[in-house]
Amino acid sequence: MKSSVIVFPGSNCDRDIAVALEKMQFKNQMVWHKETKLPKSDLIVVPGGFSYGDYLRSGAIAGKSLIIDEVIKAAKSGCLILGICNGFQILTETGLLKGTLLRNKNLKFINKDVFIKVINNETRFSKKYKKDQILKINIAHNEGNFFTDHNHLNELKDKNLIAFKYSDEKGNVSENSNPNGSLENIAGIYNANKNILGMMPHPERMVDEIISNKDGINLFSSLLN
Amino acid sequence: MIITDQIVEKHGLSKEEFKNIKKLLKRDPNLLELGVFSAMWNEHCSYKSSRLHLKNLPTKGKQVIQGPGENAGVIDIGDDDAIVFKIESHNHPSYIEPYQGAATGVGGILRDVFTMGARPIALLNSIHFGSPKHSKTKSLLNGVVSGIGGYGNCIGIPTVAGETKFNETYNENILVNAMAVGHAKKDKIFYSKAKGLNKSVVYVGSKTGRDGIHGASMASAEFDENSESKKPTVQVGDPFTEKLLMEACLELMKDNSIISIQDMGAAGLTSSSVEMASKGGLGIELELDKVPCREENMSPYEMMLSESQERMLIILEDGKEQNAKKIFDKWDLDFVVIGKTTNTNNLTLKYENQIVGEIPVEALASKAPIYDRKWIKKKTKKSSFNFKKLKKIKIEDALIKILSSPNHSSKNWITDQYDQSVMCDTVLKSGSDAAIIRIHNKDKAIAVSVDSSANYCKSHPITGGKQIVCENWRNLITVGAKPLAITNCLNFGNPENQEIMGEFAECLQGIKEACEFLNYPVVSGNVSFYNGTNKKNIYPTPVIGGVGLIKKLSKPLSHHFKKDKSSLILIGKTFGHLDQSCFLKENYSINEGLPPEVNLLNEKNNGESLLKLINKNLILSSHDISNGGLITALSEMSISSGIGAKILKPKKLTNLIEYFFGEDQARYIVEVEDNSIGKVEKILKENNIFFENIGFTQNEFLEIEGELKISTKDLFKINNEWYNNY
Repeated sequence: MKSSVIVFPGSNCDRDIAVALEKMQFKNQMVWHKETKLPKSDLIVVPGGFSYGDYLRSGAIAGKSLIIDEVIKAAKSGCLILGICNGFQILTETGLLKGTLLRNKNLKFINKDVFIKVINNETRFSKKYKKDQILKINIAHNEGNFFTDHNHLNELKDKNLIAFKYSDEKGNVSENSNPNGSLENIAGIYNANKNILGMMPHPERMVDEIISNKDGINLFSSLLN
Repeated sequence: MIITDQIVEKHGLSKEEFKNIKKLLKRDPNLLELGVFSAMWNEHCSYKSSRLHLKNLPTKGKQVIQGPGENAGVIDIGDDDAIVFKIESHNHPSYIEPYQGAATGVGGILRDVFTMGARPIALLNSIHFGSPKHSKTKSLLNGVVSGIGGYGNCIGIPTVAGETKFNETYNENILVNAMAVGHAKKDKIFYSKAKGLNKSVVYVGSKTGRDGIHGASMASAEFDENSESKKPTVQVGDPFTEKLLMEACLELMKDNSIISIQDMGAAGLTSSSVEMASKGGLGIELELDKVPCREENMSPYEMMLSESQERMLIILEDGKEQNAKKIFDKWDLDFVVIGKTTNTNNLTLKYENQIVGEIPVEALASKAPIYDRKWIKKKTKKSSFNFKKLKKIKIEDALIKILSSPNHSSKNWITDQYDQSVMCDTVLKSGSDAAIIRIHNKDKAIAVSVDSSANYCKSHPITGGKQIVCENWRNLITVGAKPLAITNCLNFGNPENQEIMGEFAECLQGIKEACEFLNYPVVSGNVSFYNGTNKKNIYPTPVIGGVGLIKKLSKPLSHHFKKDKSSLILIGKTFGHLDQSCFLKENYSINEGLPPEVNLLNEKNNGESLLKLINKNLILSSHDISNGGLITALSEMSISSGIGAKILKPKKLTNLIEYFFGEDQARYIVEVEDNSIGKVEKILKENNIFFENIGFTQNEFLEIEGELKISTKDLFKINNEWYNNY
């Protein structure tokens, strides 16, 4: 399985995701944002970080960069796209995913391990997880407060496009288990075709027992099969 | 322009110093030259009051690759790996403009580390604020924490450890010390020493603006009521550009293009060029028309004194310009050859085809003033209160008071604002005795910690100086690391005051004794004097940042209790020393007497023996006992794990308050599996270690027979409320 990680100036989780992908036996390539061609890829990852310093608005400038046209083309032809954290923000800026990420409700950067619940376990990204499985996973963002309009929210629910929701350890989804104020505790969503996943938590930080846990591994192993 | 006395004074130079300048130049300086002198001769850059004392510190050892004098210290951690690290203060700017002051403090120390060829892998900080009741404290706390986070999070280096303290001594002068740690290949360390004639001097990074002009001079003066007006001297940080600069520099460092490299920190272009030339015994000529400027009509004076951030000066090998420029173009950064090395031994400044300034390099460097400032010994005072006459207090009430106090409350509110996990090598995070960072792609790791004890240093500077080194050393031991070397940030008041200079001299004496005894050399550091406002000086606050090595990382050792029914051993002797303790401070507002005695022999023996036990995998969890004493340490082990403990009453010492809250040094609590107890006791006895079996872990409750019973949930709650309600 071939993967490409897009590197913007200011990306800072690019190495982390590359390490995770290689550990999971992906053949990975890094792709600089000024490139105008993508290598042949089954999976394109838009990594976390602060692309262009998050100036103007997080993800806004990266959403207009040269390579993004190629990512959009690939997405439309069905290539798998994973946007993590800043990558999720960038994907919403390109229109590949609807909705947006507002500032966290407490107006502060939040880094901690939280729990998320697998809502849809029938996609290319999630089939190795059990339905309603609880994952302990790291978040690290200033703008992770997912918001969207009424129509899109209904679409997300009707078509089962919600990937993960913030919950507590036992799976209760409530305001108490919502770290950043996201609408209905949404932590990750799919596009209508379910070939694009955007998520705020960092699965690449959860593949190594010695630093955290292995709750992120099944996301990558789902993609492999 | 005639240089009047007033102009000289405005530049922070004394009359005597000005005379000296004229003598060195054999003429009067012009304004530009005066500015350059003021930038190099101020306390911050010249270390003129501290140098005589600093040279007594031990700086050598088998593990040391580079000691003080470079951008950062370098130590050997085996194989082909080296660790590069340094701590630096940004106190004055952070008080005037907390967000930018703290942010650029982080940016500056990161540059010091990647300038040497190391990829930064961890950030730490030590921040001290005034009383929480003081009107400015809340906004300063908010600003500093967001500034530290804002910079580190954006550039993508994890902020993994630190300390936050409140004390009214910092009401008008907070402390913000930032430490950066990087990893390099041993044979790929870059230094600032220039070599060779007619080599290109290249300016890379951000453009030069008018920000931060005279920042270093500002940081070398006390505050007064007009300090607010100094805001324009605070630099503005851009972590995004720093990330690009870091990647570009590290990319260029992969081949052999660089002869020497120096970041533009305090005193910007001036200090970087002088530093390189002076170390190399060369001259340097700069054509200031070529300096990339952010603003129009900048004068040579402004260019030379600007402290705009995210800039570097590089001396390149012949013929390497093109290739180097390509790299900086890729990262959209300026790359301009602005000068060359010369054999004149002068700093020559050209502008519009004219020489606008020319100063012998050595006049700025080795001939900068050194002062043997007068100092007097501390008059120490024994405590005057009678412990027996104090109002009786229950252990539980005293413990709750400590755990819920600003200084001992959980710092999660702060550390949740820092990305601690980026780079995916953070094994143990903030809230532990020390953080553990794995060396990327290897199975070894380093442990890092920063520590200070201003109260101890104030009451007895020599003991205080020893104690902070020992506490730092202990913190690394408890996570299973062999302590290797330290960096120090020496925050003091006005050195022209003999008492303050005495505090400095004696703290340094203490640091020296402890470092020598523990083979724990100082490899880098920074001095910050003039911390105070209107003649009110801060407590002496040296901060120690230590690095230790974990040769083989298996399961990380933390202070969280691991399971119930394991045995608890207290290593080290308890005398029950309460003077200067946080028990007296939090419960009775008494801040008197001398700090606990530091016995270096016991420190070394206890620490090294514990390390033996850890390396034999006999220890489940371990924690050093510091502020708040034994019961506070036990509570911390419970809070972080949700597992309680049942503690037996001591057999000998009768006063329970002294036993449980005394702050005697060289002590640790360790959790030991029941069936390993025999082996552990045997090793401790063989090494002549004093130890006590104090009880065992249990579910849910922290308990002292007949004295205290409190659930771990309640402890957690008590410990986690303060920041959220502040």
